[in-house]
Amino acid sequence: MSERLRSVGLDVGTTSTQMILSELTIENRASSFAVPEMEIARREILYKSPVHFTPLLDESHMDGAALREIVEREYRQAGITRSSVDTGAIIITGETSRKENARTVLEALSDFAGEFVVAAAGPDLESVLAAKGAGAVDFSERSGKTVLHMDIGGGTSNLALIRSGKIVQTGCLNVGGRLIKLEQNGTVSYVSPVLKGLCGLKTGDLAGREQIEAVVQTLVQTLEMAAGLRESGPLLEQLTTAEAGQTWAPPPAGAVLSFSGGVADCIEREVPWLEYGDIGPVLGQAIRKSLLCRGEYMLGSETIRATVIGAGCHSAQLSGSTVFYQNVHFPMKNVPVANIEKLSDIHRELGRQEGMTVLAMPGLLSPTYRETVAMAEQIISQAQGPLLLCLEQDMAKALGQALAVRLPRDAPILCIDRVRVGEGSYLDIGAPVGHALPVVVKTLVLSQ
Amino acid sequence: MNKQELAAMVAEILGGLDAEPMVKASDYHPTAPQPEKQPTDYHDGDFVPDVTALDLRKLYLVDHPAEGEKFRKMKERTPARLGSGRAGARYKTLTMLRFRADHAAAQDAVFSQVSEDFAAKNGMAEVQTKCHDKDEYLTRPDHGRCFDEENQKKIRAAIPGTPRVQIVVGDGLSSAAIMANAMDCLESIREGLKIRGIDAGTPIFVRYCRVGAGDAIGDVTGCELVCMLVGERPGLVTDKSMSAYITYQPRTGVSESSRTVVSNIHAQGTPAVEAGAHIAGLIETILNKKVSGVGLHMEAGA
Repeated sequence: MSERLRSVGLDVGTTSTQMILSELTIENRASSFAVPEMEIARREILYKSPVHFTPLLDESHMDGAALREIVEREYRQAGITRSSVDTGAIIITGETSRKENARTVLEALSDFAGEFVVAAAGPDLESVLAAKGAGAVDFSERSGKTVLHMDIGGGTSNLALIRSGKIVQTGCLNVGGRLIKLEQNGTVSYVSPVLKGLCGLKTGDLAGREQIEAVVQTLVQTLEMAAGLRESGPLLEQLTTAEAGQTWAPPPAGAVLSFSGGVADCIEREVPWLEYGDIGPVLGQAIRKSLLCRGEYMLGSETIRATVIGAGCHSAQLSGSTVFYQNVHFPMKNVPVANIEKLSDIHRELGRQEGMTVLAMPGLLSPTYRETVAMAEQIISQAQGPLLLCLEQDMAKALGQALAVRLPRDAPILCIDRVRVGEGSYLDIGAPVGHALPVVVKTLVLSQ
Repeated sequence: MNKQELAAMVAEILGGLDAEPMVKASDYHPTAPQPEKQPTDYHDGDFVPDVTALDLRKLYLVDHPAEGEKFRKMKERTPARLGSGRAGARYKTLTMLRFRADHAAAQDAVFSQVSEDFAAKNGMAEVQTKCHDKDEYLTRPDHGRCFDEENQKKIRAAIPGTPRVQIVVGDGLSSAAIMANAMDCLESIREGLKIRGIDAGTPIFVRYCRVGAGDAIGDVTGCELVCMLVGERPGLVTDKSMSAYITYQPRTGVSESSRTVVSNIHAQGTPAVEAGAHIAGLIETILNKKVSGVGLHMEAGA
């Protein structure tokens, strides 16, 4: 038995906007004589859009109407309509997520793109999607090697440290190919504010290649520090993005370096330095000559499209295949998560949230019936309204029915398992596929 | 005793040995090898570490591996005894001990009995197939599928009317599986049937039970569906695995292909309560479609 889901990915980045269409094949991996186990067995890319420039109205506003036109045109090209798309994710990345109208544009686009196309933003999520889309996670899993993936885009570099196929740390730096924009003759047309104090050039200056190289050296040194190949200095802290809310701890040297993002295309390929009207080509060449490429390194199987492929192919996961739901409507979008460590904390955690909240908890490993009932009773005693539960251990269907039998028939209950969610995440949950529910665990970090 | 006497005695003993071998082949019974010297790490009253407590999936015993971490990670996905290393041409002691311990547990699960008060304690009537003991049960599968007059009467007495759903708990080939999982699973099935508005009826326990005994209970009660929770043939991975066999219109002589099976119910497989919740859903589907087994799969287009 197999089902296919059509999934779109849309990445609205600092510089470029791209779309892909992929097909996820979902199969029951268990034998006919066991409880089903639905899995995403294959991911196939059906269509890749050209790379569009992200349309802006001005320095602090995206052009929502023009973005919508791009999506409309690409849907026609790919031969799909809103109703033929099953799932997917739109992610606003890099500097674009700092635009004033980021949230409005993002939500409007996700509604327009499909019923269960989710809106996402946040540097950690970007790092995860880029590392998956570039094939770095897969490479680490297959080889058992530690990989440091860098997705170097227009405004930011997203870092992911991967050990044996597991992402153990993510981070984001203000290092990108379009921090400075140049005209055909080398006149500076834009300098990003993040370069304050690091760059002597200002708008209107005529820049020579040497001056650009000097700035680029600073950026490359920052990347080297982040990779643990150069002693950490204040530079690293200065260029770490504020939104991440966490600092990047450079790993010990020895990881395989992996690159994606637009700048990755300029590492092994020599591009005339003014070709793209930015510092990307010079940055790429400088990376090639730096400590980053002294050891084992690789270019991602996808470079400039890594993040969009991550969004299209890797954002949705499946819940366990024995789940429980009644009186709820799918899709459920942008539901915040409260992590519950002790069951007695439920009341307090729910008090902090407004509206619908998913209670995320580890659950019990192979619980007895009595333990399941005790858990259900403790949850009921503390929570009112819709009960949305997300567990790690395989017990959702048993817990769900234990809740249902103790509540009125019309009580809304959703109980899923085998999904792990971190603090500050949001969940999107789609209509059932076979026995499982498609789930997107994401962040929605938009700094104003 | 002087030197001559001693020499004579030795000669007599040696002579006797010469006459007849000390141990005849037919008398020889190998015993477990004795340790050459007493281990010094343990004291009286200490326990020798329990080799069955180790998680085999995490145990990697190859000396000086080239890619030990990778192998260990792959091992986490299988209960197979891989990466055991070796001592010369043989298993290591730990591997051998663990294998024998697991094998012994599997044998025990077959030969041990579900405790006598199990059924009563859990509010079930107990009946027995035509088998009189474990030996007959193991050697005469046909006797494990039917009941004598007396036990048929007991079934009729225990189960009022004509139930729609009859749940049967049977010891099968692993008493350990039933003791560990049956009641958690059964309670979960009952709860799942309750929210679906289906009467779970009166469960019954069958000693020396084969899957076909459910058909005989169908004959006696006229029920529409039997769901039997039965101990699986134990293996070296676990001795506590249970299956559920669900049969629509169970009557003696139905084909095996008409049974829907949910296997691998144990703590490391599908947890008993979760399996129970799933089985309740399956029972509802089977009652609605009026078919179980391969027919149900065909219906679902699988």
